[in-house]
Amino acid sequence: MERQATAAPAIELKGISKAFGPVQANKDISIRVMPGTIHGIIGENGAGKSTLMSILYGFYKADKGEIFISGKKTDIPDSQAAIAAGIGMVFQHFKLVENFTVLENIILGAEDGGLLKPSLSKARKSLLKLADDYGLRVDPDALIQDIGVGMQQRVEILKALYRQADILILDEPTGVLTPAEADQLFRILGRLKSEGKTIILITHKLREIMETTDTVSVMRRGEMTATVKTSETSPAQLAELMVGRKVLLRVDKDIAKPGEVILDIKGLRVVDDKGVERLRGIDLQVRAGEILGVAGVAGNGQSELLEVLGGYRIGTGSVRVNGQELDLTGKHSDGQSRRKHGIAHVPEDRQREGLIMDYHAWENTAFGYHKDPAYRSGILMNNAAIKADTVEKMERFDVRPPNPKLAAKSFSGGNQQKLVLAREIERNPDLLLIGQPTRGVDIGAIEFIHQQIVALRDQGKAILLVSVELEEILALSDRVAVMFDGQVMGTRDASATDEKELGLMMAGITEAQTPPMEA
Amino acid sequence: MDVMPKWAEVVLVPLISLLLAAILSALVILGIGEDPVAAVKLMISGALGSTYGWGYTLYYATNFMFTGLCVAIAFHARLFNIGGEGQAMLGGLGVALACLYIPWPHWSLALLGATTMAAIFGATWAAIPAFLQAKRGSHIVITTIMFNFIAAAVLNYTLVNLMRPAGSMDPATARFPDATKLPTLHDMLAPIGINFSKAAPANISLLVAIAACIFLWVLIWRTRLGYEIRAYGHSESAAKYAGISPFKITMIAMTISGALAGMMAINNVMGEAERLVLNATEGAGFIGIAVALMGRSHPLGVFLAAILFGFLYQGGAELALWTTIPRELIVVIQALVILFTGALDNMVRMPLEKIFLTVRSLRPPKPERKPVEPAE
Amino acid sequence: MDYLTLIQLLDSTVRLATPLLLACLAGLFSERAGIFDIGLDGKMLAAAFFSAAIAAITGNVWLGLLAGIAASLALSLLHGLASITFRGNQLISGVAINFLAAGLTVLIAQSWFQQGGRTPSLIGGARFNPITLPFADQIEPLPFIGPLYAELISGHSILVYMAFAAVPLTWWILYRTRFGLRLRAVGENPAAVDTAGVSVIGLRYSAVCICGVLCGVAGAYLSTALQAGFIKDMSAGRGYIALAALIFAKWRPWYALWATLLFGLFGALETRPDVIEALIGIKVQGQLLGALPYVMTVIILAGFVGKAIPPRAGGEPYVKER
Repeated sequence: MERQATAAPAIELKGISKAFGPVQANKDISIRVMPGTIHGIIGENGAGKSTLMSILYGFYKADKGEIFISGKKTDIPDSQAAIAAGIGMVFQHFKLVENFTVLENIILGAEDGGLLKPSLSKARKSLLKLADDYGLRVDPDALIQDIGVGMQQRVEILKALYRQADILILDEPTGVLTPAEADQLFRILGRLKSEGKTIILITHKLREIMETTDTVSVMRRGEMTATVKTSETSPAQLAELMVGRKVLLRVDKDIAKPGEVILDIKGLRVVDDKGVERLRGIDLQVRAGEILGVAGVAGNGQSELLEVLGGYRIGTGSVRVNGQELDLTGKHSDGQSRRKHGIAHVPEDRQREGLIMDYHAWENTAFGYHKDPAYRSGILMNNAAIKADTVEKMERFDVRPPNPKLAAKSFSGGNQQKLVLAREIERNPDLLLIGQPTRGVDIGAIEFIHQQIVALRDQGKAILLVSVELEEILALSDRVAVMFDGQVMGTRDASATDEKELGLMMAGITEAQTPPMEA
Repeated sequence: MDVMPKWAEVVLVPLISLLLAAILSALVILGIGEDPVAAVKLMISGALGSTYGWGYTLYYATNFMFTGLCVAIAFHARLFNIGGEGQAMLGGLGVALACLYIPWPHWSLALLGATTMAAIFGATWAAIPAFLQAKRGSHIVITTIMFNFIAAAVLNYTLVNLMRPAGSMDPATARFPDATKLPTLHDMLAPIGINFSKAAPANISLLVAIAACIFLWVLIWRTRLGYEIRAYGHSESAAKYAGISPFKITMIAMTISGALAGMMAINNVMGEAERLVLNATEGAGFIGIAVALMGRSHPLGVFLAAILFGFLYQGGAELALWTTIPRELIVVIQALVILFTGALDNMVRMPLEKIFLTVRSLRPPKPERKPVEPAE
Repeated sequence: MDYLTLIQLLDSTVRLATPLLLACLAGLFSERAGIFDIGLDGKMLAAAFFSAAIAAITGNVWLGLLAGIAASLALSLLHGLASITFRGNQLISGVAINFLAAGLTVLIAQSWFQQGGRTPSLIGGARFNPITLPFADQIEPLPFIGPLYAELISGHSILVYMAFAAVPLTWWILYRTRFGLRLRAVGENPAAVDTAGVSVIGLRYSAVCICGVLCGVAGAYLSTALQAGFIKDMSAGRGYIALAALIFAKWRPWYALWATLLFGLFGALETRPDVIEALIGIKVQGQLLGALPYVMTVIILAGFVGKAIPPRAGGEPYVKER
């Protein structure tokens, strides 16, 4: 410990600032990370964590500030310089070539000489050694597109180690992992640390910070609000530092008074374009006046569930809404016919699906409902009526700024989400499908959105909520269904379960059951 | 966030692109040892200095309005239809069939019938690549290019083997009957006392083209179909969410696109040549790309850009006639316009955006234009 | 059809396939790096003019070849500027380049030679002349082998042999060298290349330049070997057929050879309607035969005969993302 205190920090950032146009992503950030430690950087989505690390990895150039690596001032104009300085980075979205082998991906950019053969055989040898040293076993000849995300992440770590990185940055590494895979990752990180590597872990999950890091820095709105020793802080304190004030994790709501079954799903199956079965026989029911939360690690079929219910993915099986059978073949149905069934849908990704980012707010208000007779005059669209409607909705949902002529892309994430919510909820649907309602949304808007969802429930509507945030699921839902690998692992009353039980189910484990074989 | 005000987007950017293209063209003229100022003067007097010149300018502009709209409507659905040329060739075939084999009592009916046939033929030729794109994922740019060549072969075959009058060596159809002769601008303007050149080929198709511009404006900006086409063009994933069928939009947008290209034939085949010849389209389908890019895919922009290109074409013909500058100068100008308004758009835009950002940061922004802070 | 006719047919197949093959490999390099190029035709045309023009002026065909390559390279750099540096639309840039070449070649030809947009006819050292391979004369009298060697294999210009040699070379570069690995990677996932510390821009520019050089050779072949001089629009859509062949070949070098030979054969048959009539007994119109490569490409594109999957990042400008 003594030695560590006197040694130069592995990384030191001094006064880093970075702006994208008018948005200040990083404001005067300073940070010191000692060698051989795991340093966490925590903050909400959009707090500027990824930008900071991208600057460290040479992806962006800081407007101001200095970087010191092992006490030496270092310029990092590009990734090449970062690699040369011993920095490796595992991005949230992996940077792998899908139709290359593991080995080819590992040597890409770090080849020895102009010919591939010697590079490949050298890499094969060092791969074996790395596998032994750190327990990172992979099949060097497998194609990336054929291996799972956990394995792909391992390839990313190996890429960095092959380049002799001493500093490893991981950006939200557990987003796509099951809790079991995440635990395995953290064991590997522990091992890397004991070998003297310095690790920076970027995450917005408090649990990961508390369990794995030595020190932690908190970011909020582009600023570094604190750096503390993990052993000397608490989740509550970190949460407060993250959002700037005490957060109410529980949403005030009365006990649900479930009525008749609105949504009845039986044996729902979905096969995607590649022939992979994404939903493998789903049975779910949602009653009027209740919120059913669907929990699970991203990519276990939740998106496909929403899409098939939303009418833009083909499935088989039976789905009834209000007793009426929905067409799942896509022949007689689409997003609009679903709306006629009283289904409203707030999609998971508002930028890719929920909104046309280049359309004005008023045009987006009609999106999906543009054939509504109220929006029509003769064969033309009644733009004046749509605009008037938009003004009203913007006011009721407190969308700021309340200007219907502004393009959707000019609004903040929270206000974009409010635009979508206003459009869908104000239609007074019997069933609301809502995916990741608060992803990338600021705290103030989160509370508002949660209140709207609960209010809709209290009006006796059925709500199917999909979220990868367990906290959100637990705060909002009356019942929770957990999805794993295209199946529902089980359904629990929200009041009778906890994160631990759900976490196990998310990994495919129900009590008294061994984990299913990994694909 | 929009960095530039709208007027800069729709007026300034195309104007600067045009200016760059003009400067480079002037350099080209200098390079081949001619005087650009004299050339421009000659072009202006040749294309705009007489009703004869105007008649040709407007005749070409009519062609380019149709093909420009053809490219523009496809652009709105984010489809790049390079097949306007082939679709216009097929449109010519439709016009020839209508004019030769149906005994029309009056030109107005003949125009109606020929327009319909031209539209159907052009639309069909565009619908096949559209179908292949929508159902089989074949890249529409490549298929429409291929369909241009196939159209040329089909036309060649038809003219040489099927429609050529007996005894004629010329790969062309017989002359259309007199009843199908369209009124020229001379015929139309004479009753109101304007003496328009009798020799110029501009004809009533110009009015059809203008009507098509207005029709397309209403369609794109005022109807549900236009709303869906634009939505699909902006984001396919969002369109699917909203129940807008990519298949339907691709088919409809391309069918309209092809129909517009085909309709060009009422001008060049029915109005001017009065028979179908090989290469009747003379590359007008490709000029549509430049026109649509220049006009920012807006029907009014297309209208203005079409007149500009009409002027260039007629002016270029005059140049070729009176100087040693070949007509291909126009092809160079066309290439430069496509380059600057299309491919090098960012080169023009980036510095402009920087200027606007600087100007804006110098003065306090109006509240409604302010970048939106997250609500608290 | 007798043996000699077959040999003659195959001989002209080889001649006609050569420019297609060179242009197809050119497109392969560019598209494998993620840059769509529908401007192959324009680059060939520009190269055809400048190689013929310089060869006519200097009397040296090798100087002509260099000039052709330089012209094609200049257009390639323009394409790179638009699609790599300024992240413009690659298809639109390609269209512009085709028109630019079509217009400028005639304009300059007229200004330099005043022969209605053509160059003077090339003679002697201003042309690539056929090379007689060793022992061709001795082997010729032998039955079967003789005509095959002397007529089909021997007697082409050096550029033909270069084109055929380019196929294994391209394969080797693509699959056996570091450059090839990176080139394929940048066409599939440029972010992977970028984060690995390799310049996406540098790689794409080098790919586009290789494309320019190969198109330059293809164009030079047209005006200084296949024909003796430049005439207006002499590329005659060959760039598009090469593009079609590239799709047909699914972006692979050896397949590219077979695809261009096949399309070359169609071209050869087009000039020999008598052969087709003798073969299948009906008269087939030359125009329809000429359209066959395009029809076949559409069929391939439609996925009726095996799906052609283009490089994943093709056509998309690379923008760094967080």
